[in-house]
Amino acid sequence: MTLVQAGEWREMVLVDDLTRTRIVQYAGASGDYNPLHTDERYAREVAGYPGVFAHGMLTMGLAGRALTDWVGEERLLSYGVRFTAQVWPGDTLNTTVTAESVVDGVAEFSLVTRNQHGATVISGTATARVG
Amino acid sequence: MTVERFPVEAGHVLLFRRAVGYPDGDITELEFAPPTFVQAAAQFQPGYRLRPGPEKWWGSAGGPGTMPDGGGRLHAEQHYTYHRPVRVGDVLSSSERPGKTWEKQGRSGTLKFAEQITEYHDQDGELVVTARSVSVLKVEK
Repeated sequence: MTLVQAGEWREMVLVDDLTRTRIVQYAGASGDYNPLHTDERYAREVAGYPGVFAHGMLTMGLAGRALTDWVGEERLLSYGVRFTAQVWPGDTLNTTVTAESVVDGVAEFSLVTRNQHGATVISGTATARVG
Repeated sequence: MTVERFPVEAGHVLLFRRAVGYPDGDITELEFAPPTFVQAAAQFQPGYRLRPGPEKWWGSAGGPGTMPDGGGRLHAEQHYTYHRPVRVGDVLSSSERPGKTWEKQGRSGTLKFAEQITEYHDQDGELVVTARSVSVLKVEK
């Protein structure tokens, strides 16, 4: 019996109504103060976006918790994502993690994070030692 | 990024965990860093360009700010391979090298992708994490 069985899946709300302050909190913790993420006026007037948006790495970090809550913090062997859409203040993000296979004690997961409109914002894979 | 000394400190791990949504739990017993924590090595990179320092910053102040040279690149992919978990108390160092580059033609322009590989070693020289980052720059037609 392993920690994870092939075909099992978990769902998690990563953030509900993402705040600009949360984005700034991530900037401070990570050290990435890019004004695209922290400076509404710069994002609009200089970079030409509707406003600030979240670091891709904030979304990846939030989604990482869906993995470690399931398998534990010390069991991950790999974790990788593609950033497919921007995450904006006000977004609500929901992640689904699915165990695609478990072979020789190593589980392969797929992971997808969607916003409140159903658009995928990140998708990826992870592996973890679960046996 | 290349960082000579990246000490994995409990206080920093706590701040990072909070930022990515972990509840505090017992903060005196933090053992492992969250999966994306090595990104915070930027805190220990001298002169890191995305951190305001003594020199003039390019974000808004009295005026709206200015687009820096080399601006406009976005993060397309991030991948980590964990050779072992990152633990509080580790002292990591990182070295970076360029990887592949490729282009995709889109309707409105060209997407230029570039890969960077970063290896994080511990104080004993053991490889702890290998990171592969892909950035993309859109060049309008």
